[in-house]
Amino acid sequence: MRVVLAEDLFLLRDGLVRLLEAYDFEIAAAVESGPELTRALAELRPDVAVVDVRLPPSFTDEGLQCALAARRATPGLPVLVLSQHVEQLYARELLADGSGGVGYLLKDRVFDADQFVDAVRRVAGGGTAMDPQVISQLLSRRERDRPMARLTPREREVMELMAQGRSNAAIADRLQVTERAVAKHTSNIFAKLGLPPSDDDNRRVLAVLAYLDRGGEG
Amino acid sequence: MKVRNALLAGARGLWLAVFGLVTSILLFVLTVLSICFIVLGVGLVTTPVAVRAVRAYADTRRGQAEAWAGVRIPTPYHPAPPAPRAGIVGQVEQCVALLKDKATWRDLQWLLMDMTVGTVLALLPAALLLYLVWGPVLALGVWKPIVRADGTFWFTFVPVTDQFTANLAAATGVGFGIVGLLVNPYLMRGHALLAAQLLRPTRERELALRVDRLTESRHDAVDSSAAELRRIERDLHDGAQARLVAMGMSLGTIEALIEKDPAQAKRLLAAARADSAEALTELRDLVRGIHPPVLAERGLGDAVRALALRMPLPVEVDVELAGRAEAPVESAAYFAVSEVLTNAAKHSGARRVWVDVHHADGSLRIAVTDNGRGGAPRPGTGGGTGLLGIERRLGAFDGVLAVSSPEGGPTMVTMEIPCVLG
Repeated sequence: MRVVLAEDLFLLRDGLVRLLEAYDFEIAAAVESGPELTRALAELRPDVAVVDVRLPPSFTDEGLQCALAARRATPGLPVLVLSQHVEQLYARELLADGSGGVGYLLKDRVFDADQFVDAVRRVAGGGTAMDPQVISQLLSRRERDRPMARLTPREREVMELMAQGRSNAAIADRLQVTERAVAKHTSNIFAKLGLPPSDDDNRRVLAVLAYLDRGGEG
Repeated sequence: MKVRNALLAGARGLWLAVFGLVTSILLFVLTVLSICFIVLGVGLVTTPVAVRAVRAYADTRRGQAEAWAGVRIPTPYHPAPPAPRAGIVGQVEQCVALLKDKATWRDLQWLLMDMTVGTVLALLPAALLLYLVWGPVLALGVWKPIVRADGTFWFTFVPVTDQFTANLAAATGVGFGIVGLLVNPYLMRGHALLAAQLLRPTRERELALRVDRLTESRHDAVDSSAAELRRIERDLHDGAQARLVAMGMSLGTIEALIEKDPAQAKRLLAAARADSAEALTELRDLVRGIHPPVLAERGLGDAVRALALRMPLPVEVDVELAGRAEAPVESAAYFAVSEVLTNAAKHSGARRVWVDVHHADGSLRIAVTDNGRGGAPRPGTGGGTGLLGIERRLGAFDGVLAVSSPEGGPTMVTMEIPCVLG
């Protein structure tokens, strides 16, 4: 799997390269600025891009903007965005096109190599990987939200894990229930959020999106 | 609307002329006499009273100038000493302070002017409208007995002797009336501007007032930034720094244990990792408290939007900014909005909040409205320390804060900071 990596701090870039190589990823390019990232994404067409939000030369949200632009040029281009902090605002922008293949994680998630690599793979495979912090922010303030209030506690747990981008199997494993039970919960959630049956993977993205959008009402 | 304005101007002018003439003469005479009688001793007691009456009257007229003609006249007076000493010494001190204040003498000049030019100017709008009535009434026949008794009667510049000249007078009266309808609001404005010449602070006094204000806001800014630094130091010391020390100790222990007791070393490693995650969270919160990342990355508009998303109640954000303000202004505005939103969430019982951010007339204007129960304390009236803090923060940039919060709601907090967008 070919990866383009954008991170301006040398130590972290170097660490990420080692980590991903150790997990059998091929580093197509490791760049340190926005313009370089844009060029690398256009030329190399990687399987997944791992991008820091803040990049030179502007040191604002250049990395995020480059990633969004690249996804507009190549719809569905998998992008995992890393950041020192996570904001719903950015999560929403990443998910806005509804095509999946996006992730948005705190940089410290790299500490848990297995989980991080799992997230990269999920994103590369067209899934989502939202940081638990984004999800918990959403869930903690969704009390007033009627569709949300209709979810049972167990369904909320499933929703939380699903929003992070986990598969039914992984959710079943985490919650110590059968996969069939999880499948039942997820279809209940889709029904309660008013998502019609269609391609199951895409519905998972839409469910997360529905959540984030409801945040927008507030 | 125009007619209404003109009529209103006439009525107000009449009131200003009559009431103004009487009050101005009265106050002028009393004050001048008081000042003269200082030599005799009686003046020592009466002067402060008279001058204060003059000031109260002048302040009323300042208010009217703003309300009636849109002319804002700032108050020029030196602040009175907080607690004047009792007895004759105190009286002398008060008199000296009042007489040394240039504004006292300018007030007297204004009284003199108000009872002369001012009265004439104030009467004009009313007179023009009265002619509108008087002319036609004259033409209807009222001229006959007057002319019979006195001979030629002059309607301003029209000599009335027969029906024809009476009609001419009526036409002139209507003409005056129309002129009045057109110019009355301007006459009122002229009257207010004339008063402003003497009632507003002199250039020198204006500068002095501004220096006072700046000194105060600089003190506030220095105080609050010192407090902020102390808070940051404490947070670092008690939080992240302590965790890093704990981590270092754990790592030291792990080093010693790793061969003897790998299982224990593994447990400690997990603890150290948890510590590092905690330290990061604390640092992140600290950074957000100093300069929120979204503010740095995207500017005020998106920072407020991101803030709204974190609020426990629905917040609607409307931003219209063509560029970014300077970083300190953005930061002050952001924290002000943050504080107001937190207040709304905590105390107002609101179900919805609206934030409107836009830039107009060289000012950043922010309005935060909620549909809660209202009754928020005004800054500076005790209890409203949060709002007072915001006022101080904004004061450092010449910004202002206004709170409208009647019992029963809604609460509206508006902020205005002069700045340019880059």
